[in-house]
Amino acid sequence: MSDFTMPSLGADMTAGTLLEWYVRPGDAVRRGDIVASVDTSKAEIEIEIFEDGVVGELLVEVGTRVPVGTPLATILPVAGSAAAAGNGAAPATPTATPVAAAPPPASSPPTPRTVAPLAAASPPAAPPLAVPVEGHRTRVSPLARRVAAQMGIDPETVPGTGSGGAVTREDVERAATTGTTPPAAEPLVPAAAPAAPAVQSAAEPAVADRRSAMRKAIGDLMARSKREIPHYHLETAIDMTAALAWLAERNATLAPPERAIPAALLLAAAARAAAKHAQLNGFFADGAPQPAEHVHLGVALALRGGGLVAPAIHDADRLPLGELMAALRDLTARVRAGTMRGSEMADPTITVTSLGDRGADKVFGVIYPPQVALIGFGAIRERPWAAGGMVGARPTAIATLAADHRASDGHDGSLLLAELDRLLQHPEELA
Amino acid sequence: MSTTDELRTQVLEALGAIAPDADLATLSDDASLRDELDLDSMDMQGLVVGLYEATGIDVPERDYGKLDTVADTVAYLAAHRPGGQ
Repeated sequence: MSDFTMPSLGADMTAGTLLEWYVRPGDAVRRGDIVASVDTSKAEIEIEIFEDGVVGELLVEVGTRVPVGTPLATILPVAGSAAAAGNGAAPATPTATPVAAAPPPASSPPTPRTVAPLAAASPPAAPPLAVPVEGHRTRVSPLARRVAAQMGIDPETVPGTGSGGAVTREDVERAATTGTTPPAAEPLVPAAAPAAPAVQSAAEPAVADRRSAMRKAIGDLMARSKREIPHYHLETAIDMTAALAWLAERNATLAPPERAIPAALLLAAAARAAAKHAQLNGFFADGAPQPAEHVHLGVALALRGGGLVAPAIHDADRLPLGELMAALRDLTARVRAGTMRGSEMADPTITVTSLGDRGADKVFGVIYPPQVALIGFGAIRERPWAAGGMVGARPTAIATLAADHRASDGHDGSLLLAELDRLLQHPEELA
Repeated sequence: MSTTDELRTQVLEALGAIAPDADLATLSDDASLRDELDLDSMDMQGLVVGLYEATGIDVPERDYGKLDTVADTVAYLAAHRPGGQ
């Protein structure tokens, strides 16, 4: 048996309020399932579980504020075969009794999630606890949601074969190839929208309280950054002529939902550049730099009404532009609707802030601890540009890098910015 | 075929989806959307997608700048709807 604890959703979080349980004792859960929502001082976050198992006891009641690390629920190992859990019959099985599973192989490795044993045989089980509170909220793995967004499928309409009827990536791909699912009107916004009312639940602080709490959380984190991180700053001007022309040509052939905006291109280039410079992608913790193996690209997004969050797009360096745009759109919509996920909040390895087409010329970044770098893009504007002995007007963007001297030097940072520039001169590499 | 009023409703619904907290009731038809609602390029892209899904009208990227106000947007859609004038 193990405990499912209040996760740390960013370095600035010390406690969270449990807003809602999406599971009940006896429910089978798989790694990646969304099991609860939590109110940090910044936002409502949907939190995932990181092991397979069966929910034992719920230890914390809705509306309770508890410190990070507090056990929220007990998780029992998956009993017998995956079949017991996979067919949605879990609530009826004996394993549902919390105390019964006495000598538990607590550390048994999670079963690989790639297998859906009963996929073909079993009809899509009704999710054992289909969250009656919110009408319908099909469990959809984040990956499946991302893939669905890319394919223009509403994941809520896909029959799920995962644990408890959860929709997996395979389900989405199957639905796409067999065409069994009507295209979504708006792939992701509807999925997020029904959750919005939940934000107004009893545990919700008043708007003014939330704003001041958010301001304090940002202030505390940035003060820590300025206090602890020896920043250095670099900037480079990038000619965006080729990138914008390529993007316009690409978009002209596509229907509106498939089009990408320049910000997505900048993110794609930043993620790929970060992947090549590991000393700028990762963390500084326990007194040493800890380069990350993946690029989980934090995207700083302003909240309407003030404040900002920087949730991650996972493995952003490996996403083609279309997928990255879908992920960005999904993230933006969910940030606005207040439904970020725990894993997105917890693990960005480098953050990008893009001021947008109405923004200032450049940003002097402040690193999000424990990350070691932040890439910033100012507004793309026409500026004088010298090339070939001539000065002309070209669309340009000023890219900046704030980086932690404990993890890298200006030479490393310059190479990252140079790679960023190179990629934007060859945007087809980002497709 | 949509009447102008229906188009206006669709425009406001699409705006409501991208700016859920905006008070659209007080939004003047002639106010700049980008300024009044603080819309960025992601929001504009979202608006065009919303309009496309609601009306089937595909606003090409080069025309995004013509969607400056609610009135402009309604007029643009009216002119570009199937069989429009």
